[in-house]
Amino acid sequence: MALKAVRTSARFPDLSRVPAVDEVGVNERVARFQSRSIKKASKVEALKLVLSMIDLTTLEGQDTPGKVHQLCQKAIHLHDAMPGLPHVAAVCVYPTMVSVAKEALAGHDINIASVATAFPSGMSSLSVKLDDTRMAVAAGATEIDMVISRGAFLAGDLSYVFDEIMAVKEACGDAHLKVILETGELGTLDRVRKASVLAMHAGADFIKTSTGKIEPAATMQVTLVMLQAISDFYRHTGKMIGMKPAGGISTAKLAVHYLVMLRETLGNAWMTPEWFRFGASSLANDVLMQLMKQSTGVYQSADYFSKD
Amino acid sequence: MATPEYKLAFDGGWEYDPAPESTDHISVRKRYGLFINGEFVAPEKGRYFDTINPANEEKLSRVADASEADVDKAVRAAREAYRTTWGRMKPAERGKYIYRIARIMQERSREFSVIESLDGGKPIRESRDVDIPLAAAHFFYYAGWADKLEYAFPGRSAKPLGVAGQIIPWNFPLLMAAWKIAPALACGNTVVLKPAETTPLTALKLAEVIAEAGLPPGVVNIVTGAGKTGAALVQHPGIDKIAFTGSTNVGRIIQKALAGTNKKYTLELGGKAANIIFADAAIDQAVEGIVNAIFFNQGHVCCAGSRLLVQESVADEVIAKLKDRMETLIVGDPLDKNTDIGAINSMMQLEKIQSYLKIGKAEGAEMHQSSCRLPKRGYWCRPTIFTGVSQSNRVVQEEIFGPVLAIQTFRHHDEAVMKANNTPYGLSGGIWTDKGAKIFKITQSLRAGVIWANTFNKFDPTSPFGGYKESGVGREGGLHGLDAYVKLGAQ
Repeated sequence: MALKAVRTSARFPDLSRVPAVDEVGVNERVARFQSRSIKKASKVEALKLVLSMIDLTTLEGQDTPGKVHQLCQKAIHLHDAMPGLPHVAAVCVYPTMVSVAKEALAGHDINIASVATAFPSGMSSLSVKLDDTRMAVAAGATEIDMVISRGAFLAGDLSYVFDEIMAVKEACGDAHLKVILETGELGTLDRVRKASVLAMHAGADFIKTSTGKIEPAATMQVTLVMLQAISDFYRHTGKMIGMKPAGGISTAKLAVHYLVMLRETLGNAWMTPEWFRFGASSLANDVLMQLMKQSTGVYQSADYFSKD
Repeated sequence: MATPEYKLAFDGGWEYDPAPESTDHISVRKRYGLFINGEFVAPEKGRYFDTINPANEEKLSRVADASEADVDKAVRAAREAYRTTWGRMKPAERGKYIYRIARIMQERSREFSVIESLDGGKPIRESRDVDIPLAAAHFFYYAGWADKLEYAFPGRSAKPLGVAGQIIPWNFPLLMAAWKIAPALACGNTVVLKPAETTPLTALKLAEVIAEAGLPPGVVNIVTGAGKTGAALVQHPGIDKIAFTGSTNVGRIIQKALAGTNKKYTLELGGKAANIIFADAAIDQAVEGIVNAIFFNQGHVCCAGSRLLVQESVADEVIAKLKDRMETLIVGDPLDKNTDIGAINSMMQLEKIQSYLKIGKAEGAEMHQSSCRLPKRGYWCRPTIFTGVSQSNRVVQEEIFGPVLAIQTFRHHDEAVMKANNTPYGLSGGIWTDKGAKIFKITQSLRAGVIWANTFNKFDPTSPFGGYKESGVGREGGLHGLDAYVKLGAQ
């Protein structure tokens, strides 16, 4: 196969060094993050940080230019009734919608993320996936969210997965590459850890849990295992890798627990949109509602916040 | 594995605001008498001592100092209750009273948690999630045995012993009271309990619960005081059984005092447990296990994993990760819901821990502490690890009873087992590996009463607990725990 030419075996990681993962221990650690009580100013600070880390997402077959345009407006104007709010980190769309997003976001410091590589299943040939990627980048995507070939990974063909990620990374050019492991299809936390290591060594700028099309999507357990893999990678290479849990994070409280986990696992250097993202569509409004509650003392009706 | 070259940073940036648990809902009296024969009475000699909050050194209450005469009064009340009510009661009826204690304790768990943290310095997260629920669980568990003793000892008759004298430590005040009182009552004994002098308040609140549950007067008596009160209880001729949890030194004194008497006894004493981490362990979860093993309850745990034995090929990795994790441990106000490590229980204990820090450094060990800020008032110790220590060092051999971990490495399995067993103690141990067969192989060669695999410091009322060698005599908890409170005979 043509893939062989791409492969540089020197970069292929020694997977025998990937530590085992104990699910019971992971559950206990997650429960402990969730028992942290975040109040007052630290809560407001966290909520604003969450907003700034959101990849506002629409990935529907029925998406229209109008809907994407509306989403971009929301990305810029989260809730203008409340001054001092950040804008989100990026909007995330299908490749055919990238040009719409680019126009709508012109002049704003908001990234355009596009899914690619036969998202969400990844069931296509490498050449189609590379074309998909190039098309999105050419249309103006600054970030590419690719999916790994779960079939090859589960069948044990790890070098295929590795080479594919490397090839997509090359096709990305200057665009940042987020590698979606689709943890809901990997089955065990041990595999999540191994896939994370593979993706980071192959050139991922970010590792991402899910497409949002498969249940379960992001969980704190899976995210913790990926953060620990990032921590090991950094300790040994000095290279920071970003993390993006996606799908299933729809409440402010849960998002704040993710930040607690991030802070206590990787430290403050990762506590910026440059290194951590939430892939979510409905999270922003719940965060906004909580922020309004913090400033006014009462919850407002959902009708006060734009649904996009 | 190669030594990690780059370090994570956990200082600065986003910090958690204080989230203190409210104290509005608790009531602590200015002064407590002794709980004898169902009511609080003044001590004969009129002496009281202060109990303070170790997190700010403020007085919480004054508590009666029981003399020999008071202890005698309590033992007589217990004997009378044993003879007239409790010892003759139908077992199912006894069970109902014990269930009632458990339920009331659950209903008042918030109050108990706050008082436990105020009086002893432990973080509210632990008193709320571990101490109080487990204490209630012990009463629930043993309540169920009250009318089923014939099934616990098939083919034998199980009769109560009479009056049990129980002396408990300051590290888990209410939980230890529950461990002792629940099986004693279930088997038909009556009780005189002496809580530790630095943490008497939850036992005195338990006296309120016992009164509220309507137990006949004298079934449970609580006498507060220090070592002299305990000695009076041990030496009292009206006692049929002594149950003690505390230091090995005091355990020796008790055992000597009991020699030649007819009194049964159980002693749960010190420990210096080895937590063994193999290279094939789930490393990140094992690091969390080290933290739970030694920093739980400020290390004031007899079964704490105070020695870490880590396989050499992963040692650097594990120590680097442990140091990072220590940076994220929050040390401070025990009542703050985010606090991981609270106050050291007393000035005396703090001085003991500090003396061991000096000893460790003098022995040539490398000491590392987390960089956390400590409050100005109160008794505090940063989480501490010693590396470069040897089997012959005192910080490896002796029980420190604080947040201090001694780390050694090993190459082969045999070396790990040899080092783990090379201690006068044998209370607990831990093993971390992804390989099931290795768990069974290693645990069978460890001489310790409790061994945890891929976890640490887990407790359950159904599980027996106790030590080998200088860690004690007898078992508490589970079916085995009943044995300490019955006379067995032919059916």
